[in-house]
Amino acid sequence: MKTLRALMQPHRIVLIVLFAALVIWCAVSLRWDWIPDYAPLAIEGLWRTIWILVVTCVLGFLLAVPLGLAQAIGPWYLSMPARMFCTVIRGTPLLLQIWLLYYGLGSLFPQIPWIRSSELWPYLRQAWPYAVLALTLSYAGYEGEVMRGAFASVNKGQLEAANAFGMPRFTAFRRIWLPQAIRSVLPTLGGETILQLKATPLVATITVVEIYSVSSRVRSDTFIVYEPLLLLAVFYMLIAGGINLLFRRFEKQVPGV
Amino acid sequence: MELILETLGLAKSAELLSLSPPGWGGNLLRGLVNSLQIAFGAFGFGLIIGLFGASGKLYGGVVLRDLLAIYTTVIRAVPELVLILILYYVGTDLINQVSQALGYGRVEISGVVAGIWVLGIVQGAYATEVLRGAIQAVPTGQIEAARAYGMPPMLLMRRVTIPAMMSYATPGLANLWLIATKDTALLAIVGFSELTLETRQAASSTRAYFTFFLAAGALYLIVTLFSGVIFARIEKWARRGQPSLKGTGR
Repeated sequence: MKTLRALMQPHRIVLIVLFAALVIWCAVSLRWDWIPDYAPLAIEGLWRTIWILVVTCVLGFLLAVPLGLAQAIGPWYLSMPARMFCTVIRGTPLLLQIWLLYYGLGSLFPQIPWIRSSELWPYLRQAWPYAVLALTLSYAGYEGEVMRGAFASVNKGQLEAANAFGMPRFTAFRRIWLPQAIRSVLPTLGGETILQLKATPLVATITVVEIYSVSSRVRSDTFIVYEPLLLLAVFYMLIAGGINLLFRRFEKQVPGV
Repeated sequence: MELILETLGLAKSAELLSLSPPGWGGNLLRGLVNSLQIAFGAFGFGLIIGLFGASGKLYGGVVLRDLLAIYTTVIRAVPELVLILILYYVGTDLINQVSQALGYGRVEISGVVAGIWVLGIVQGAYATEVLRGAIQAVPTGQIEAARAYGMPPMLLMRRVTIPAMMSYATPGLANLWLIATKDTALLAIVGFSELTLETRQAASSTRAYFTFFLAAGALYLIVTLFSGVIFARIEKWARRGQPSLKGTGR
């Protein structure tokens, strides 16, 4: 009701009408006849994008927890490598990392006989394992830095209390430290996940077929430039909005904040 | 020196990376210069957009505020790669249409200008948000005092708002600068020969992928670390005269 009233101001109504006119103009005067031909491919690409996003975020987060922990309380021989990893990942472009892994490892593996004869070889010949690996490492690098701050910000008195009651260290970590750290970074995590979504089209450069590469194919097949790109932008905005809603729901479950 | 390289098995890599023509080092450095040029230009262009965008969001009318909200939301939700393609095609199309209307024929657009235009607009959206937050952190009394003395808006921005918000804005701006340097790599996809594309060309023609990609990574890392030092200096300078943050809080 409140949002509806906020939308019903005169200038916003004008803007909405203008926007609707723009959409109708786009629908009428631009070319959309390619959509039926490419729709199956686009749905497959969309599915692949979401799949890569979810897998790399989950794996990256699982990797980020030890990285953050090592930096926050680890001895120097753990915290140094963790900090170096985060610095290197955050200091170089993701595109370079993807190409390093795909072209570098991809040219190295065929030279090693036991890898070629192993059962993993059919997978290693494809592009997606490298894409998943690169995106996972990237997410872990950025998130490791975030988790370091989160682990450091949890009130130490609670951990001391757990210790005083004789709670085993791992249980204290699982029940007290980790949940509070995750709660405090939920808003940042949402933003980072949207950044990860925006990083997924980079894997199209190593021949992984996802939604971005479908639009490139439409462009090169039919020489239609703007329409696929506009539709693609809309898709990404919808996914980003979905991520936003999801994380807002997570944040609402946090009591007392 | 050569003996050390020989024993480490790096002689071949050093040869490939040498600056004179059989090696590709010169190409990489040329790419780095191009990247930095674009990053500087885009960062500056983004700052200008951000400054006006932030003022518009804070002091502008309702329509301007809504339009700016749409601009920042859309730019921040769509991948840079897609934006780069859209803005690149729109920009070249517009310029060509204008020049054909004026009777000049098609214009060849330089990669540097296109890169600055494209990345600048993307950076502008982020800079708007960073600067808006920083301006809001400035005590309103200072700005009101300047207004009460009849200071014109531009002078007020130059003398009061910008110096006072610098200390709040530098961390965010440092982040933006790092994003700008890394986003130049995306221009490789539209075929602009910056560091990443030069690296890939060198790597694929010599098949020494690890050597070149690691070397380029090291170059990017040097730029990042060096910028970190510079921005720490700037922040220290912007914070001069303010109480230290250490010892406050907990």
